[in-house]
Amino acid sequence: MIEFKNIHKSFEDVHAVDDVSLRIEEGELFGFIGPDGAGKTTLFRMLNSLLIPDEGQINLFGLDPVKEYKKVRQIIGYMPGKFSLYYDLSIEENLQFFATVFGTTIEENYHLIEDIYKQIEPFKKRPAGKLSGGMKQKLALSCALIHKPRLLLLDEPTTGVDAVSRREFWEMLQKLKEKGITIVVSTPYMDEAGLCDRVALMQNGKIHAVAPPSEIVSQFSDPLYTIKVKNNYKSLQALRQWEFCENVYPFGETLHYLDKRNNVSADVIEAYLSSQQLTFDKVEMIQPDIEDCFIALTHNVG
Amino acid sequence: MDKKKVITVENLVKKFGHFTANNNLNFHVDQGEIFGFLGANGAGKTTAMRILCGLSSPTSGKVEVAGFDVSHQAEEVKKRIGYMSQKFSLFEDLSIWENMRFFATVYGLSSSEFKARGEDLLRKLNLYKERKRLVSTLSLGWKQKLAFSVAILHQPSIVFLDEPTGGVDPITRRQFWEMIYEAAENGITVFVTTHYMDEAEYCDRVTIMVDGRIDALDTPAELKKQYNAASMNDVFLALAR
Repeated sequence: MIEFKNIHKSFEDVHAVDDVSLRIEEGELFGFIGPDGAGKTTLFRMLNSLLIPDEGQINLFGLDPVKEYKKVRQIIGYMPGKFSLYYDLSIEENLQFFATVFGTTIEENYHLIEDIYKQIEPFKKRPAGKLSGGMKQKLALSCALIHKPRLLLLDEPTTGVDAVSRREFWEMLQKLKEKGITIVVSTPYMDEAGLCDRVALMQNGKIHAVAPPSEIVSQFSDPLYTIKVKNNYKSLQALRQWEFCENVYPFGETLHYLDKRNNVSADVIEAYLSSQQLTFDKVEMIQPDIEDCFIALTHNVG
Repeated sequence: MDKKKVITVENLVKKFGHFTANNNLNFHVDQGEIFGFLGANGAGKTTAMRILCGLSSPTSGKVEVAGFDVSHQAEEVKKRIGYMSQKFSLFEDLSIWENMRFFATVYGLSSSEFKARGEDLLRKLNLYKERKRLVSTLSLGWKQKLAFSVAILHQPSIVFLDEPTGGVDPITRRQFWEMIYEAAENGITVFVTTHYMDEAEYCDRVTIMVDGRIDALDTPAELKKQYNAASMNDVFLALAR
């Protein structure tokens, strides 16, 4: 079990992590979802002993990362957001290096990384600095796993990665979870939340919700409408000026609209659009997804 | 409506040694269009974008941007475009106002033009009081909104945006897209790359590059119909996987 109790961390005027408390179970695939600047990296760096909290306690499988940092570092595999392997060492040399530093060998734990490593093994003599983004990511994951950590800590592993590679990466995480490794991952992509057992929605150093993704969605009680229009920009402006508009924002090819009244029907919205001479295809009530929930939670705060 | 083509690409090929990064690309972009340029990492997007910006010459083929040939009139092209990327957009150790002045000067605005437009922009972004703040103290979302505004301060005919919204929160990401809509309404052509597939839906037309080729080019609605897909994400997966 991993537990954060009332964790605070500031950098000069910036309250990067602001009273965070939560618990992660062993074997969970847990996601911190939030934009750049939410405090995810600071939280991760306190968990893995690289930063000391200003206030609060962390319990990592019974260890205190402040006092027992040497033991903590043995059981964590950490993949930082910024690629941090040695550019002038080859794929193979990087892996060898991390295995040796952690007092193990590639052979001993090869079974853990096999699925991932064999995709880059044909290029094992190539320097890490000359790899594509996807290959770097696979090498970094292999290096983070080679000492068989109890906890895999991945800081924005999919930022800047294309949609296909992102999907493959999450498939790899599922397999590692099945091997019993606890995985804590952060991401700015809301659509990745659904792939976690539980998620924490985070912004401005605070946690807004912690729950399984399906539960976060079901807690969203207001009626949400999707509006398919001809001109998104003009329609947004017009809806925003409507006195009943709570919030409206572009969402994929449509607009998502929330009304201040809780019993408004699609007809009423259609009538307003018509009165504004806006062309629309249809207005329907829909189920929100995680991104809608995130917007609602942070909209109310801001 | 009379649509003027601001980008014309005919049989564009770019090779690096034996490697073909762009394999016979053909497309055009209309004035005021929001044109999404998608593809997997390594598909050749950056190479093509560098050619369109006049930073690299095609191995063969004809590329015209804002009425000029990129191979022979690259400097004319550069005067008529704006550019911003996720990786580098502004100088962290200069203030907001200094950054604006730097880029305005690089793009050839006179000091009187800059003063008028610069002050307008600060008021519009609600940053007038903060104009002396160092850019390093701004959040990523604000940096990106400012960088975009700076990239269109000289009223270019086209603005190139390379993954402008990576890592930005959902609300700011949408505010950013509203700025894109507004620029397009004002006649600026927007050429944008993104890994967020929902943003692909905001574009008028979208291309998807796979292994140096353009494998699809159409409106998001038409592409979804063609690939029998519910979202652009599914279209992308069908093509790039």
